[in-house]
Amino acid sequence: MIGSRTLAELGGPVALVVGAALLGTTVSRSTEIYFISALVAVSMVVALYVFVGNSGVLSFGHISFVAVGAWAAGVLSVPAQEKPAFMPYLFGFLRDRTVGNVPSLLVAGLVGAALALLVGLALMRLSGLAAGIATFAVLEITNNILRYYEKIGPGLNTFSSVPETTDLRQATLGALAIICAAFAYQRSRFGRKLRATREDPAAARAVGISIYRQRLVAFTLSGFLAGLAGGLYVHFLPINVDSLSLELTFITLAMLVIGGVTSLWGAVVGALAVSALDSVLANAENGLDVLGRTLEVPAGTRIVVVSMLMALVLIVRPGGLTGGRELSFDPLVRRLRPRAAEGRP
Amino acid sequence: MSTLLASGLTDFLRDARDLQVQVDAIGLGAIFALMAVGIGLVFGVLRLVNFAYGQLIMAGGFALAFASERGWHVGVGIALCVAVVLALSLAMERAVFRPLRGQSPAVMLTATFAVAFLLQSIALLWFGPLGKTATSLAQLNRPVSVAGLEIRKITVVAILTAAVCLALLVVLLSRTSIGLHMRAAAMDFQTARLVGVRANMVSAVAVLIAGLLAAVVAVLLTVQFPTVTPTFALRETILVLAGVVVGGMTRLVPATLGGFAIGYVSGVLGGALPTGQSQYLPSFVFGLVILVLLLRPGGLFTRGGQVVERV
Repeated sequence: MIGSRTLAELGGPVALVVGAALLGTTVSRSTEIYFISALVAVSMVVALYVFVGNSGVLSFGHISFVAVGAWAAGVLSVPAQEKPAFMPYLFGFLRDRTVGNVPSLLVAGLVGAALALLVGLALMRLSGLAAGIATFAVLEITNNILRYYEKIGPGLNTFSSVPETTDLRQATLGALAIICAAFAYQRSRFGRKLRATREDPAAARAVGISIYRQRLVAFTLSGFLAGLAGGLYVHFLPINVDSLSLELTFITLAMLVIGGVTSLWGAVVGALAVSALDSVLANAENGLDVLGRTLEVPAGTRIVVVSMLMALVLIVRPGGLTGGRELSFDPLVRRLRPRAAEGRP
Repeated sequence: MSTLLASGLTDFLRDARDLQVQVDAIGLGAIFALMAVGIGLVFGVLRLVNFAYGQLIMAGGFALAFASERGWHVGVGIALCVAVVLALSLAMERAVFRPLRGQSPAVMLTATFAVAFLLQSIALLWFGPLGKTATSLAQLNRPVSVAGLEIRKITVVAILTAAVCLALLVVLLSRTSIGLHMRAAAMDFQTARLVGVRANMVSAVAVLIAGLLAAVVAVLLTVQFPTVTPTFALRETILVLAGVVVGGMTRLVPATLGGFAIGYVSGVLGGALPTGQSQYLPSFVFGLVILVLLLRPGGLFTRGGQVVERV
């Protein structure tokens, strides 16, 4: 039997994503893009949440895993005859091989996980600011290598002619799969141990939890999910290395912080809320009809608004919109219960 | 193969020792040291890593470009630059730093990350992605010949300016009462308040001094890179932040040395890497950063045993 806690904790985020997807089926083709983009954002933010939310350690490096995932899926799924056009220097084994959609996503996840494991083996020994700065270093290195090493990808070119398989259905399935994985992890022994280290490192150590090992597990899983999200992203839009840099790091972190860092519910709410706002503003940048008048805001307003919102949330409500708590029916139940008790003879 | 490697290595070492490269590297290190002091001072007093420090420099750069495009006198441009950066620093302190006092370092770092992107995107809206050009001090970028070395005047100016600024700061911190208050606050903010150090005063002064240094850096950087864009000084700030953490965040001197070291190492590597690999300079530098963090997580220039993990 599924308890009411499970129902709320998993059901809430799932219902929100399914709701967004259903809403997405009712709109025109050009508006659908915004819904797919929001669902891809949910994937990335939940992947980030798996590490940052459960461990309480900040990571500026997760877009590295998204980037290598996007690179892997993109390079492998471009049809072989079109590769030389924008990736002339590829290694032979990448040049001659083309894989389908689902395998490319799996490879994306695995590459993300491999990089996260490799990086994590070293970095998970660090804590606090040293860890934050070290993850920045990882982002800079990954970006630098992807930008100039043309044997493993397009370098500065844009990923054109990647099959655009991330439609509304696949984006929804991807987001749901990542949410389920995040939920399963945080309910598992590993997730609970890591949360214990977040709340009180000394007490956690005292009951025999290895902080290093638990963080490494979460980092690797998080890297896998981030790689997968990167795969979804490259199958959605023709991206290049500049789309996978500081700005995306900022946006995903802002989504997580605005929603509430310490809960899955917060990650999903934040990603969808900021995406919705972003879409409205993006529309407004092209001119938006409000009550018969055309409202036009200058290009670039989106980041101004999102960053002001992020700073505001941190100052006024550091726990984020959800207060960092999971969705729960408890307050509702508590309100109903006294009445039920009175009704009894 | 091994001889090839060996000759490559000797080439590398010879280039790295080249005086020209050394002088340029020290010049870069001096500028980075100034930025490190600005970041380290605010961290010392407020326990806040100011990621938006680079955007203060960017704002100063735009002020200089604004003045130079209108043909105003250099002095006016510099005054405008200082005014803009100080006003922005104070606004930041009042609107963001002060309400966040006492929050965890992670929350504060994320908040300043947001402020950084806010300022950057405002600059993008205002000035566009191509930015503006500051040319008032361009003559400082010309080289003079000293004993066969081509030294750009700005390198000398940067080194001297950094030395003067650091000396003034040392005097301020060790000889004045506000300096004493700041050192007390850096050691233990709560206790310092109990014995009568005015918290708002101390944090405002720290932010103002950091702002003044940002304005100086803006002047020095625009001479070398006259095109001011919204991402001006962004990469430099990330490098300096890494340098500060590598050096040792909790004390000002190690933090400054860390900033100098990362500027110096970038300069030497940039001058010594063979042309085929020079585009990988950031990877080499940040790879070194990770390596040092792993070997000395408490800071490269801190003495063992006295490092306090505050975060």
